[in-house]
Amino acid sequence: MPQPDAKAPSPRAEVKAVALVSSGRHPVSGRAGRAREDARAVEMGLSLAGADLSLVHAGDPEDASLRECLEGYLGMFHGLDDERDGALSLLPMQAGDDAVPLLAAWLERSGVQLALTGQRAECGEGSGMVGYLLAERLGWSIATGVAAIERCDARSVTVLQALPQGQRRRLEVRLPCLIAVDSVAEAPRQSAFGPARRGRIDTVDDRLPAGEKRPDVANVDWQWQPARARPKRLKVVKSTNARDRFKAAAAKSSASGGQVLTDLTPEQAAEKLIDYLRAEKIIADTGESSAGES
Amino acid sequence: MLQTLLPILIFAALLVGAAGACRRIRLWRQGQRTPMVWRRLALMPKRYLNDLHHVVARDKAIAHTHVATAGGYVAAMALALVVHGFGWRNPILGGLLLAASLVMFIGTVAVNLRRVNPPPKLSKGPWQRLSKSLIAYSVGMFLISLPLVGVAPTALGGGVLAIVLAAVLVWGLLEMVVGMGWGGPMKHAFAGSFHLAFHRRPERFDDNHADVGHDVHRGSRSTALFPLDLTAKTLGVEKPADFQWEQLLGFDACVQCGRCQNVCPAYAAGQPLNPKKLIQDMIVGMAGGSDAHYAGSGYPGIDVGKHHGGPSEPIVPQLVEAQTLWACTTCRACVEECPMMIEHVDAIVDMRRFITLEKGETPEKGAAALDNLIATDNPGGLDNASRLDWAADLEIPRIKDRPEGVDVLLWLGDGAFDMRNQRTLRSLVKILRAGGVDFAVLGDEERDSGDVARRLGDEATFQRLAERNIATLARYRFARIVTADPHSFHVLGREYSAFGGDYRVLHHSTFIAELFDGGRINVAAPTQPETVTYHDPCYLGRYNGEFAAPRQVLAALGLEVAEMERSGYRSRCCGGGGGAALSDVPGRARIPDMRMEDVRTTGATTVAVACPQCTAMLEGVVEPRPRIRDLAEMVADALVATAPAATVSSSTREEEPA
Repeated sequence: MPQPDAKAPSPRAEVKAVALVSSGRHPVSGRAGRAREDARAVEMGLSLAGADLSLVHAGDPEDASLRECLEGYLGMFHGLDDERDGALSLLPMQAGDDAVPLLAAWLERSGVQLALTGQRAECGEGSGMVGYLLAERLGWSIATGVAAIERCDARSVTVLQALPQGQRRRLEVRLPCLIAVDSVAEAPRQSAFGPARRGRIDTVDDRLPAGEKRPDVANVDWQWQPARARPKRLKVVKSTNARDRFKAAAAKSSASGGQVLTDLTPEQAAEKLIDYLRAEKIIADTGESSAGES
Repeated sequence: MLQTLLPILIFAALLVGAAGACRRIRLWRQGQRTPMVWRRLALMPKRYLNDLHHVVARDKAIAHTHVATAGGYVAAMALALVVHGFGWRNPILGGLLLAASLVMFIGTVAVNLRRVNPPPKLSKGPWQRLSKSLIAYSVGMFLISLPLVGVAPTALGGGVLAIVLAAVLVWGLLEMVVGMGWGGPMKHAFAGSFHLAFHRRPERFDDNHADVGHDVHRGSRSTALFPLDLTAKTLGVEKPADFQWEQLLGFDACVQCGRCQNVCPAYAAGQPLNPKKLIQDMIVGMAGGSDAHYAGSGYPGIDVGKHHGGPSEPIVPQLVEAQTLWACTTCRACVEECPMMIEHVDAIVDMRRFITLEKGETPEKGAAALDNLIATDNPGGLDNASRLDWAADLEIPRIKDRPEGVDVLLWLGDGAFDMRNQRTLRSLVKILRAGGVDFAVLGDEERDSGDVARRLGDEATFQRLAERNIATLARYRFARIVTADPHSFHVLGREYSAFGGDYRVLHHSTFIAELFDGGRINVAAPTQPETVTYHDPCYLGRYNGEFAAPRQVLAALGLEVAEMERSGYRSRCCGGGGGAALSDVPGRARIPDMRMEDVRTTGATTVAVACPQCTAMLEGVVEPRPRIRDLAEMVADALVATAPAATVSSSTREEEPA
């Protein structure tokens, strides 16, 4: 079944779009490859901008498995309106370096208005923090959990944000903007060997001011351990009614019992959040001092 | 009057026909060229009389008909050239010419009788016309040559009768000589001769091959897919001109006899594939135009006449729908039956290669399997380290602990991840132990053989898996490989050699038969009589010619085998080969259901199988149905202890799914 390429309601972008891609790690074999959500970001970018989409990755060009992994993304440049091959800018950095300043400098320089990336990366510098750090540094908007882009013009982009239980929220976000793509977005197209082989990987000469280039200090303190599936809260369903049991089984962590808080100062909001996390025993009651600045 | 007219007619026909033939040759040469080796033309007569006739003769009536018609025609044409063309009116030659025309006429009558109510596999249109033209030619030639032996007055050459005779002969010459070059039905003789001479698989015609067993079954002499150069500009076949020129030539040799259509499991299941139509579509693409002139059965569910193509136009989807290509199970039944020795499966895989490698449009589940193969070395995306989980209690030796080498390397295949097949593998281990076989496994170092990747067109992933497996195997010492998976058997034994891996590979049925022959295992006689039948896996039978060993094993078990009508080289596919189980093209019926119907017809209560894929497909048929048991399971159940139990182990426990 060929994938329906170039979908009908293609919201052709007039802005320059880029997908930030990271090296993925297969959950079973641990092999490098396309990161699943980044691949969805590329898919979203391709249906938005076609072959005009550019890719960027900050990584170690000496890493042997990197090329194969990046080719995985380049292999997605098929089934588009024009036959151009994909191109990826590789920002060279050492294994311990911080990718954020490099990416930020590149994004500023390239005149990109819309950057797409996976919401959650799979390893290394591609951690889910990158999007937030970049947006903060560049002063861009950030939209997370994005399931689809509905429209995009020179000033703003309309996205659908994924909420639990298949709900969607329509957001209008001003550009420039960073979009973190959710795992419910359109599945990525197959990566084909031919386009992957022909795709260009350009190592971009890093013109970062010497002071800016720095090792990732946070990274040094991190502890690495294999990911575990998040424990699920047990749901005791008392109902004898099949419909209710089905609803309970199909529900994601439901939002019942929540409260909507508006008009709070950031400090108050942070307090509320921390209280909630404590109540849910997600953070320990002790160590009050660590809940510092917001 | 006729005496002056005849040479003109004959030479004009030859000249016009030759002009058409030159044009035809140019059409073939649009394909990718390899150097012409003209001396191969000398191979043609032997290949025609021996190899081609071997296939045609499976239908005796047609073989006799064709011998009479074609033989008579060739003789009559040659003699007519001498007698009428060059005017050497020798009564003896004239007599021979009359005899040849008569023989041709007799054949022609048989052709026409068959065409009165033609079976659905035959194409009509020009082919229906051909039967009449044959009469015109043979009768015309006969009557016109009568004066040579003085039966009719030479004065025949005058008046209305002469004009009528000349007209009939012109009709015959147009069809038989001009049409041969200009793409009429008779082009099969011209294209077919060249095709036999320049066939891409010369091994198919090699009767004295060094390899023992090469000649056991002609159809399996050359069945490995051709490796693809991954550095080529475009990968696979996008447009007709991307085929090798010999392939285009081969398509053009098609006689539209429909034997392929009759045996194609996908066609029978109502999936949108008909091998005959596919070959005709390739010709449409080569010559340019639409398929509206096709006068045979089309692809089920797809109307004839809506597709068009050209030599430099993409084939998919304007000429052939992708579904058609993905419906193929690569069972090779069409290739086996084709009297013109056309290679349908090669063409289909070539086109699939383009779809997968360049367009990235492998059917969804196939694409997922390919991604898994790239990431985890098995199509299920499972942890390769769990490949031996089913054998946790069996203490199977790993080959890495046996640096001195073993006799048998047991290749598990991806069935090792499947709970049903794990029962077969446990049975096989039990048999090997009972036979005191010195064996070991690769364990988690084994990767998928690459069979599915290759048939789905992903030659890149196949080659990567092949290279890695070959590198792994190069580190160890073993005399031979035994596997219960005919797909691994075929790929390791036949296809790895192109990448530097030459091994002696045995299918487990062959190996078990060997154990029986050597008296190394003993079995108890069956407690109650049971009728069993045996389903030949395509990749064991047609691809590799192993029909005897499984039947030997069943005989050794004391079982009576009730053969299905389609068994041996004519076995019907289970529907699971070539990635068809992944592409899962919808049809009217399911292929395994049809195969199970074949089984039921024999009255068998058990169907013996010898392939994990066949097991899975046939077990997918709803109950009640005959039991499905692998040969290894049947043997393991019947085993009785023999004195020299070489390896003592815990293999007494069995049949518990891991």
